[in-house]
Amino acid sequence: MSAVGAPSSVKFTHALRAEWIKLRSLRSTWLTLVCLFVVGIGISLLATSAAGAQYSDATAAERAAWDPTGSSLTSYIVAQLIVGVIGILVVTSEYATGEMQTSVMTSPRRYRLLAAKVVTVTAVAAIAGQSLMFAAFGGGQAVLAAHGAPRATLGDPGVLSAVVGGGVYLTAVALLAVTLGVITRATAGALAILVGIIFVIPGFAGLFPSWVQFLLDYWPTQGAATVMTTMPDADFPYPWLNLGGMCLGVGTLLVAAFVLFRRRDV
Amino acid sequence: MIRSMTTIDVRGLTKRYGPDTVVDDVSFTVEPGQVTGFLGPNGAGKSTILKMITGLAAPTRGSVTIGRRRYRDLPVPLTEVGALLDAGAVHGSRTAYQHLLALAASNGLARHRVDDVLTRAGMESVAGKRIGGFSLGMRQRLGIAAALLGEPKVLVFDEPVNGLDPEGIRWVRRLMRSLAGEGRAVLFSSHLMSEMAQTADHLVVIGRGRLIADTTVDEFVRSGGEETVLVRTSDPHFFAPRLVEAGGAVRDRYATSMVVSGMTPDEIGALAAHHDIVLSELTPQHASLEDVFMEMTRENIDYHGTVA
Repeated sequence: MSAVGAPSSVKFTHALRAEWIKLRSLRSTWLTLVCLFVVGIGISLLATSAAGAQYSDATAAERAAWDPTGSSLTSYIVAQLIVGVIGILVVTSEYATGEMQTSVMTSPRRYRLLAAKVVTVTAVAAIAGQSLMFAAFGGGQAVLAAHGAPRATLGDPGVLSAVVGGGVYLTAVALLAVTLGVITRATAGALAILVGIIFVIPGFAGLFPSWVQFLLDYWPTQGAATVMTTMPDADFPYPWLNLGGMCLGVGTLLVAAFVLFRRRDV
Repeated sequence: MIRSMTTIDVRGLTKRYGPDTVVDDVSFTVEPGQVTGFLGPNGAGKSTILKMITGLAAPTRGSVTIGRRRYRDLPVPLTEVGALLDAGAVHGSRTAYQHLLALAASNGLARHRVDDVLTRAGMESVAGKRIGGFSLGMRQRLGIAAALLGEPKVLVFDEPVNGLDPEGIRWVRRLMRSLAGEGRAVLFSSHLMSEMAQTADHLVVIGRGRLIADTTVDEFVRSGGEETVLVRTSDPHFFAPRLVEAGGAVRDRYATSMVVSGMTPDEIGALAAHHDIVLSELTPQHASLEDVFMEMTRENIDYHGTVA
């Protein structure tokens, strides 16, 4: 141990601690997380309130397809964008300010630096995403009960899987955002591609010829989000497989991101 | 042995971006215990070389080692090399303390080092302020503080006095001298020639990506500039032709003065006595570092300003 208290060599835990300090010392991180919960829970309450109000007038068929879990978890639609912003900014804010130079100089082993960022974002997104999904579920069921509509509990078949699946989905989107940040090195570019992947392409699905639609059936974010429902979907009979496919896709991009991050000049 | 552990060794360094060769086969050594000035016109490739020294950019050819190791192989980089390349390269939303704390943590340095360097940089009072509100001078101080975190044996500064007030400039100058005095290797670039003359022991001069000179400051001034003599007399128009006859060259002729080259003050004085000319001043002029630098890099500048 020298006067500066330095270890004999830098370990992954050091890089991890530095990334956590960097993330937590930005006010924008906390503002984005507050935004995630306010918007996420808000949408869940509004969606279940609307669904609960319509339940008394619903037809028998509609009642048969009643999915209180799915309707309380619809907040993922906007939550994925907010989680994505956190993932993108962890990387691109450093490129925008030039701080990436400082980071790479202090941690010249770039795999370790990027791995520390990836682990930090994954941990934050997993905790925040999972908490949001449980909160949205709980809040949503309370609203449904207040409307006198049938509600779900975590013990019901498929419910826990749907809620946990939502958290996993959001974490995967955050990781996707990190890779896009590394690949584009620009906030606007990464955000545009993220929006394209999770909103625009699935949204266009109905406008395209059938062979393109066939490809879109395999579009990772499409089927993966089905894990958040409890009623079977004919298009996506095994949603966890779709979620696994999405994670595989993100993993592939992550490998590309690591290679680029290592090779490029800063 | 101690020497070699803290020496920056640049060997045959070349960097190409597409068809452009930005750095072309540059070799030099930065020795410990002295301040090495890194000079060159804008676009000469200085920053690119500093980036390759600190592992930010990969050389197309050649190598940079610090104590015989590549930068990325240093086990605890901040304790070996402290670098300030761009004072603006920080996130403005963090406080100075948080910024330094993250850097210290990334290399496992003790937390008290953050307070130590904040004190050394005279920044205790702004430690809790957001960097975004700092002046360029304050950012420079913060960058220098960051470079000192791990008490490194090698220091690399890109334009460290840029944006500093006179007091700050004196502080950086003294700091660099004292760091070199402690046996550390200090490499700094500056476009201020006077800064080099006052602070550097050794000079590395780059033009258009090539090494132009690698020498001491004194030698550099001596090699490049011709010695001239300022001669003041009541009638230069009479004396000038005599000087030319004697083998001198005369320029900058004014009403009562002129600059003579090619003759020593002794020879000029003797010639004046021979012609019964009264001289009111006879002063040897040393070429300034600036003159020599302009002279040596003239053909190495891509674009000259033209006077219409």
